[in-house]
Amino acid sequence: MTDLYQAQRAMRNMRRAAMQRGVIAILDIGTSKIACLILRFDGVQGFGDETVGPMAGQSSFRVIGAATTRSRGVRFGEISVMAETERAVRTAVQAAQKMANVRVDHVIACFSGAEPRSYGLAGEIELEDSVVTEQDVARVLAACDVPDIGQGREVLHAQPVNFALDHRSGLGDPRGQIGNRLATDMHLLSIDGTVVQNILHCIQRCDLELAGMASSAYVSGISSLVEDEQELGAACIDMGGGSSGISIFIKKHMIYADAVRMGGDHVTSDISKGLMVPMAVAERIKTKHGGVHATGMDDREMIEVGGDSGDWEKDRRQISRTELIGIMRPRVEEILEEVRERLDAAGFDSLPSQQIVLTGGASQIPGLDGLASRILGQRVRLGRPLRVQGLPQAATGAAFSSAVGLCLFAAHPQDEWWDFEIPTERYPARSLKRVVKWFKDNW
Amino acid sequence: MQPLSARRPALRVDPAPTKWAYRMQRLWLTPVFRTLFRVGLPAFVLVSVAGVFLADPARRAAISGGIAGVREQFQNRPEFMVRLVSVVGASPELADAVRARLALTLPLSSFDIDLTAVRARIQDLDAVARADLMVRSGGVLEVAITERVPALLWRTETGIEMLDADGHRVASLAARTDRPDLPIIAGEGADSAAAEALALLAAAAPILPRLRGLVRVGDRRWDVVLDRNQRILLPEEKPIAAIERLIALHQAGDLLGRDILAVDLRTDHRPVLRLAPFALNQLRQSQGIDTSGSQL
Repeated sequence: MTDLYQAQRAMRNMRRAAMQRGVIAILDIGTSKIACLILRFDGVQGFGDETVGPMAGQSSFRVIGAATTRSRGVRFGEISVMAETERAVRTAVQAAQKMANVRVDHVIACFSGAEPRSYGLAGEIELEDSVVTEQDVARVLAACDVPDIGQGREVLHAQPVNFALDHRSGLGDPRGQIGNRLATDMHLLSIDGTVVQNILHCIQRCDLELAGMASSAYVSGISSLVEDEQELGAACIDMGGGSSGISIFIKKHMIYADAVRMGGDHVTSDISKGLMVPMAVAERIKTKHGGVHATGMDDREMIEVGGDSGDWEKDRRQISRTELIGIMRPRVEEILEEVRERLDAAGFDSLPSQQIVLTGGASQIPGLDGLASRILGQRVRLGRPLRVQGLPQAATGAAFSSAVGLCLFAAHPQDEWWDFEIPTERYPARSLKRVVKWFKDNW
Repeated sequence: MQPLSARRPALRVDPAPTKWAYRMQRLWLTPVFRTLFRVGLPAFVLVSVAGVFLADPARRAAISGGIAGVREQFQNRPEFMVRLVSVVGASPELADAVRARLALTLPLSSFDIDLTAVRARIQDLDAVARADLMVRSGGVLEVAITERVPALLWRTETGIEMLDADGHRVASLAARTDRPDLPIIAGEGADSAAAEALALLAAAAPILPRLRGLVRVGDRRWDVVLDRNQRILLPEEKPIAAIERLIALHQAGDLLGRDILAVDLRTDHRPVLRLAPFALNQLRQSQGIDTSGSQL
């Protein structure tokens, strides 16, 4: 864990350096597609008028290159064939670089797999003197009891969600406030370490440096939940190709994240199996004619399945749309049921607002919102990512919510555990900070 | 599972760039490399080719010779050639002297004539006050001469020189009778005080028929020599005023018509006369002083 802590600190510094250079690449490694966006940071461009502020901080960067390619060698949001994935990443990065006409060296990546697990941590310390300092914040974060996250698992996000000073809770920034006891709640997201190692290795093989990592469920939430949803409590379901990420937000912090290892690709494979067609044909039929609510009209809508077996009977097959929906619906229902289970396990019922936002490529199935509201609850809407400057029209769909969210994440990262100072007790024995602290304590 | 060892023959071309294509594209997008390649490399090639070409002294000589040849050819075009020298504003003798002094071997390109030097050479001639040189169209070098006008004769130990009003030598003169119209001066440094001499002569206009010349004494003051060997000794300071006073005395009492050897005006408040010996004796006799047998 200390290794990754150091690695995350190093990545943070690298990202700072990249932002100073002004260009950084965003890489969304998904199961069905790999998207690469290249951002240019120009600093905040005001409108000259003080009353009109920059739009949610998005005016500080601009998308100058965007490319998408079909993902290869990725299953369930995890790399399964390294060489294939590397080629796909190279394709996406090269195309985006070509569009941006600039070379990028630093990449922030996100991925949906690796079995994310959420933990809520709590820490509490007695303040030495009554005023809360940076050191106290560092100490209270260090005082959190780390649960046993399991063998071979690493921490991806560790965000302090709440600070409490004596009886006052819900403090955003406790520094400079006066009290006796400082307590914190931290949200820790752990993932499988080997998946991270694979992604790191894959990106290094493309001559790029990893300047940050994020869970795609988290970044999709950032981009597709609007501000009041993030504040009052909402869940974002990012239905991707190989896995569906779940993230729950309240008070603008992610408090829970999970992933269901099922997605749109499973629907496609069901169609492929059910209709005995290749995956490519199944995918085409799904996107053109797919749905989850059958009506009487759909019985009459016949779909040419096609085929190139040479057998007339097989190649001339026709199915009705109702049949297609009959294949798709159970799987979609299964995914949503699974999501429901995860949400129930997380205690989503007890949130004040129970908004659910469906996003991701698989959320574009017609009629999904109706089906989802039956399973997940009444307050379901389809989400599309925020509009950011310079994003091509082709990359504004729901499938790009994690890529766009990663842009926002790159521009305005949330404070994580490793962004705070290391408490002096944890420093090596001969550190200068220890000396300073000794002087402060004794005089 | 897809085969790990042998790659299947690809039906479709892999859209992914090869590792080297990817690296080359990234290299090409590096600004430093781009600048080096687009500016540095051509410049280097250009400089090295030029350097290798010019490393051979024979080629360098050929290039410089070629340039010189073209230059020569251009300068020697007939429209730039000077074939004739015309001297304007000079007497025939002086014109011949100027021609001799020009020392140009015509025809000559006008680019090869150093007009400043030629002008300085001509102005070195004593008789020339000022020379203006101009290359006229038609290949004519026109030399406009302003001659010095002789105003005085200066008798020296070696002969007689003509001087202009500034005291600059104009020419030598064989005999005084060649230019009887010019006044004569003598003495060391007389030429440098020529202007003063002319002013004195102008002031002495009433006694000019009797005037033989001016003598510079000790390069500091003038003596006026009249006929009958009369001398008027003028002071260093304000000689004009002194001579005007003398002329006033002369016109009042015919001073210079008397038997006087010299009038000494060097002390301005007390002119002194030196009488001739006979006149002195007469004066003494009239005063009853017997000087017979005396040396005085």
